[in-house]
Amino acid sequence: MGPLLPAVQGYMYPNEIELQWSILIVLYPFITGLVAGAFILASLERVFKVEEVKPTYRLALLTALAFLLVAPLPLQLHLGHPERSFEMYLTPHRSSAMAMFGFVYLWYLTVVLLMEIWLDFRKDIVVRAELSRGVARWIYRVLTLGSRNLSPAALRVDDKVGYFITLIGIPSAFLLHGYVGFIFGSVKANPWWSSPLMPVVFIFSAMVSGIAAVLLLYMLTSKLRRTPIDMRCVDTIARYLLYAFVIDFSLEMLDLVQRIYEADESLRALDFMVHTRLYFSQVILQIFLGTLLPIALLGLMQLWKLRDGARKAVYAVAGSLTLVGIFAMRWNVVIGGQLFSKSFLGYTSYKMAFATREGLLTAIVLTLLPLVILYGLVKLLPPWPKREAAV
Amino acid sequence: MDMTRRELLVKSGKFILLTSAAAIAWDHVLAGTPEASPNYDMTKHWWAMLIDPGKCIGCGNCVRACEAENDVPPGYFRTWIERYHIDDYHLEHPLVDSPNGGHDGFPDIYKDGGKTFFIPKLCNQCADSPCVQVCPVGATFVTPDGVVLVDEKYCLGCRYCIQACPYGCRFLNPKKNTADKCTLCYHRITQGLTTACCEACPTQARVLADLKNPKDPIHEFLRTHSVQVLKPHMATGAKVFYKDLDGSVR
Repeated sequence: MGPLLPAVQGYMYPNEIELQWSILIVLYPFITGLVAGAFILASLERVFKVEEVKPTYRLALLTALAFLLVAPLPLQLHLGHPERSFEMYLTPHRSSAMAMFGFVYLWYLTVVLLMEIWLDFRKDIVVRAELSRGVARWIYRVLTLGSRNLSPAALRVDDKVGYFITLIGIPSAFLLHGYVGFIFGSVKANPWWSSPLMPVVFIFSAMVSGIAAVLLLYMLTSKLRRTPIDMRCVDTIARYLLYAFVIDFSLEMLDLVQRIYEADESLRALDFMVHTRLYFSQVILQIFLGTLLPIALLGLMQLWKLRDGARKAVYAVAGSLTLVGIFAMRWNVVIGGQLFSKSFLGYTSYKMAFATREGLLTAIVLTLLPLVILYGLVKLLPPWPKREAAV
Repeated sequence: MDMTRRELLVKSGKFILLTSAAAIAWDHVLAGTPEASPNYDMTKHWWAMLIDPGKCIGCGNCVRACEAENDVPPGYFRTWIERYHIDDYHLEHPLVDSPNGGHDGFPDIYKDGGKTFFIPKLCNQCADSPCVQVCPVGATFVTPDGVVLVDEKYCLGCRYCIQACPYGCRFLNPKKNTADKCTLCYHRITQGLTTACCEACPTQARVLADLKNPKDPIHEFLRTHSVQVLKPHMATGAKVFYKDLDGSVR
């Protein structure tokens, strides 16, 4: 424990020196944001009839599911008593934002995502249950849930119900990630978190990260499958990414300007923190590399029409930078919010361990796990259009 | 089995209602009967504390007594003492220290001008406590006699309450992996004793008070003295009252 003792500057209340929420709690809003964002991208095609993004529709849904399945793991690993976590469902405390999140999560997982994916893939599942052999046949048979009717009338019902679920899904996705923002934004003791804008900022940053992730995954999977990237599709996604990003950045700047102009008792401490301990992650990573640069790149792509190859490269760079920027934003919220004393008189530091329950290694594994799950999901339920699947 | 839609709805309604009722009943069975404390009636007390910083000499007796009484792990504090040092030009930016929470007293480092004083701190036993509000399972709660406690058999160790406390009074107990804080020596005060810290204080800088007891001297004190709670803008209903609190105290 000795080398992990954080460096303190000024005065911290003695119980504040050790950070309570680690990198795992940084991952939690990052992963949940990817879920909400990916789903909102999927809904663009389904509800708002943006036909161009159709090639990513099913991939976005599976991405959302893969990340949602992992979302509770960092929380679970972080708990002092993980074996008691189920109490949140059995005896929830109704005034607690965190307790209610459990229900929002369950609602989103079962009613929205699983239902929508099942309805959308039901036809494929039934066909595969007939055509495949051995274990696969049994898996697909179970996945049909006994519903094997593929008559046009039945498929119409699937489509109608699916549409309805997407309609419910959009506010649910907003609720899911807005709620994560509320968990932080409602802590009045912490001026770095306490802001009514927090849920809104979280929603838009979620859209930004989810759209960027699906954009990257679509380009990557197309490369791996050696299928041409639909440029109309990626151009459209990049455009929506730019819109969401501009709104997200404006909201964050609004929050910042308000804080600076109001200059309440906490400003001196927060300002000092941003210029010292958070300088790299906030100013360099989040604002310059993770926000302004990708916005500039995406903006330039609206003005100049480069060759397809160059555009793809720019989108890949902008998408990757975006994910780095949003991760840095989550870091700055969660870790930044614990680096200063609630007395506003001092600062502590976060020393990340490596191979511990809440260490960097665990965080890396948890970040990669959704991609492994996604690989499995894509094998089980290929999201590609029919003619391509046959290739 | 033939069942109309109406029957199905009625049956599922009954099932949901009955299972919830069973769950509540089961909770009661599990909770058992509360530990009896003879002659103690929770509804007849509303505990608070009075602190007179002018009397505090920073000896650390209270911190040591609390540690011994409550088995507080080293490096964590249910109560601690802060030393404030302010010169005329930096009223809003005091120098504050609390070496090992004031456990071993304070080295004499301020020789020059300015004022220096000690502020003992502990859980403010808030009536509208943010830590109670955020606990996802209700493991932290306010007792009917106004003390904020943690049920360590129920706490998940999520640490949301530690983030929510504006005063830095909570910590994660490294042995139990659950939230920990000052209990106002609940095991003592329900037996007619005072808290360990109050008992150990050589100058009576801290005094336990019962706001529901009309004979408690606190009523006279509150009527005749200027008192303040910490961070009143947090509106937590704090019940640790400080006499003549300096405006620089955070």
